[in-house]
Amino acid sequence: MTSAAVELRGISKRFDAVVANDGVDLVLRRGTIHAVMGENGAGKSTLMSILFGLVRPDSGDIVVNGVERHFRGPLDAIAAGLGMVHQHFRLFDSMTVAENVVYGAEPTRRGSLDRKAAAARVRELSDRYGLETDPDAVVGRLSAGARQRVEILKALHRDAEILILDEPTAVLTPDEVDSLFAVLRRAADGGATVVLVTHKIHEVLAISDEVTVLRDARVTGRFRTAEATSGALVQAMTGREVREVGNPGTGEPGEVVLEVERLGVTDRGVHRVRDVSFSVRRGEIVGVAGVSGNGQHEVVAAILGTDPIESGTIRLLGRDLASLDVRRRRALGLAVVPEDRRGEGTAVTMSTAENLSLGHHRTPPIGASTGWRRGFLNLRAQRDMARRLIADYDVRTSGEKLPVGALSGGNAQKVVIARELSHDAPVLIAEQPTQGVDIGAIESIHQRLLDYRDQGGAVLLVSHEIAELQALADRVLVMFAGRIVAEYSRADASTERIGAAMAGAAEHRQAGEHEEAAS
Amino acid sequence: MQILEWGFVAAVLLAATPVLYAALAGALSAQVGVFNIALEGQMLWGAFAAVAGSYYTGSAWAGIAIALVSTALFSVVLAVGAARFKADPIIIAIGTNLLALGLTGFLLRVLFDVSGTFAPRGLEGIPSMSFLRDIPVLGPVFGGQTVLVPLAFVLCIAAGLWLRNTAPGLRLRGIGEHPEAAASLGVDVARTQTWTTVAGGALCGLAGAQLALGNVTVFTENMTAGRGWIAVAAVMLVLNRPLWLPVACLGFGAAEAFGFRLQGLGAPQQLTDAAPYAITLLVLVATRLRFGSKRALPS
Repeated sequence: MTSAAVELRGISKRFDAVVANDGVDLVLRRGTIHAVMGENGAGKSTLMSILFGLVRPDSGDIVVNGVERHFRGPLDAIAAGLGMVHQHFRLFDSMTVAENVVYGAEPTRRGSLDRKAAAARVRELSDRYGLETDPDAVVGRLSAGARQRVEILKALHRDAEILILDEPTAVLTPDEVDSLFAVLRRAADGGATVVLVTHKIHEVLAISDEVTVLRDARVTGRFRTAEATSGALVQAMTGREVREVGNPGTGEPGEVVLEVERLGVTDRGVHRVRDVSFSVRRGEIVGVAGVSGNGQHEVVAAILGTDPIESGTIRLLGRDLASLDVRRRRALGLAVVPEDRRGEGTAVTMSTAENLSLGHHRTPPIGASTGWRRGFLNLRAQRDMARRLIADYDVRTSGEKLPVGALSGGNAQKVVIARELSHDAPVLIAEQPTQGVDIGAIESIHQRLLDYRDQGGAVLLVSHEIAELQALADRVLVMFAGRIVAEYSRADASTERIGAAMAGAAEHRQAGEHEEAAS
Repeated sequence: MQILEWGFVAAVLLAATPVLYAALAGALSAQVGVFNIALEGQMLWGAFAAVAGSYYTGSAWAGIAIALVSTALFSVVLAVGAARFKADPIIIAIGTNLLALGLTGFLLRVLFDVSGTFAPRGLEGIPSMSFLRDIPVLGPVFGGQTVLVPLAFVLCIAAGLWLRNTAPGLRLRGIGEHPEAAASLGVDVARTQTWTTVAGGALCGLAGAQLALGNVTVFTENMTAGRGWIAVAAVMLVLNRPLWLPVACLGFGAAEAFGFRLQGLGAPQQLTDAAPYAITLLVLVATRLRFGSKRALPS
């Protein structure tokens, strides 16, 4: 059972000037779970796209089950026994689980869609692989974990024996990750071949049999997982040792600067945030954990003032924010690193210099609030500030005139962090500040947040990564179904506890709430 | 005032029919993700083609066939432009509507040397189903109607059931909801969009034929008078579901038929003519207030 299911030999692919894959070899043995690791931009997505027929390689061979293949599209790959679970699900929200699974390969009876046969097929596959699903549930109402199970079922329905999963754990709770891994192990034991694309080292060590590491379009490491260490994997991924950023819990926090009391947010009759109270003090990082969509983003929007609130009060530096718009709240002392980097965090078609100067454009030296210069920008000051911040924050760019959209995710995020911290606001809200950012940039962003805290800044850090919260936060709040269901001090913030609270297992949980908040 | 008599029901059905054909075309296009606002122009072209066809051949049936085929061809511009070349369907549709208005007016002068109205002596209308005349209920409701009237309702229901219960219907619905997902599962998105939109063109041809050779027997410039836009509104009102279209279109038909009745009772024509449009607007606003939102489906 250890013959090669897939062999990629000497795969190369260029996109204009960018080399995405450069002579990459990859061997996937049947019945194993193979992790493909690498930082963003290392070429792992391109390699998987080539394997699944979405992208054609410039050179190199694809051999599946001993037969050389030239995929013209994903359908050829599917026909050859491959299945792919994309990071961003490709599901029809208005349809049922069964309809989604059989779409494109439907069982029919006398000309019409055979819904019974479709449901039976879903149940059969669910039982065989331990994928718990209800064939008649409407997909749009399902949790992220359940939606992912539907994607896996889609591949299995087409008799995929080689499963590619692209960053499958990004949207899952720790419990869901465990059950996904159980499913994958079961599939591998049954003879399937699983490819796991990820950058999370602990997952690779926990689930895979073999690892291939990519860096700068080339293979930089091949390991049997049993013999691999996290240090060796990091070294292969980054080419250097990354020092873990710790949280040297420094002096006592100061006075309360951000205070949220009994906050409630309702969106079209659905309670998104209920009765949320917390405070953040100077010199403190307060973490907010939770699966995406449990009200964290709504809390941030309420503090920033982009969405209306239903009830409760928010005080910044002792002042009630109710009557202040976003601009006045920021002027009072609020900086925000938004979750949606390309949509809210930056204006992607504008230059790096312009992006860095946003918010500074009304005050000297770049803008002017009075006199004849009012309304005009001082472009020299703008350029100077941009160059200084680019150097300070180590933004890798060919110049301040380059549009932010042309930067990598990590560098674009450094631009956002640099701009927000340059306002010297006493309170910073950072929402998923390292999402989609490579390890080197994560390290630098984490250090910036800690420095800011040590200089007396108050940080509200929303993250879906428990490890990130453990590394940075002085306290961790856990949100579930719009409520804060648990709070842990730094010492108590274990992965198990936070994970259980994220899944709604804390004692304050009330039945039926999760569905409402998730829909 | 006797309003709820069978004659009134017949008038409602008659007024609803052209709108229903066009709305079915719009709903099918919407199901594959092509927002079709060319219904007005396509229906107008269909009306012209039906009258011209009937005039030249002397047969109303040939007129219907010519309307059906030529409007389908007319819709190829929108279908291929939007599906194959990824152009903005709104822009193409606006062009289609303007072209239909100008072209029909132009051809009216060039071919028939008239302007405004074309109603030559002996123009064949579509025969009514007079064989039903002596059957109770069916007689008074359908006896004076063309076969295109019941056909519109049958087609709507058939299309709704087909979408819901067949594999091709499932694929069609998926394309509109998530074209990338459909494509990744082997469905040819552009081709399905093209053929669905062309089929919609054929339906708009029937809409025009019924309007110009069924409801009346005449072609006048801009005779669709916004019915294609009412159809667009109906499609949005029922969230693209053909099974619900008859309800929405009967509402419009009732408003128009009711307006005629009021006219008979002395209400000013300008007011009663405006009734269907005013009611459509009100219904759209009301549903928007009730169900409208930035996020209609869970994200």
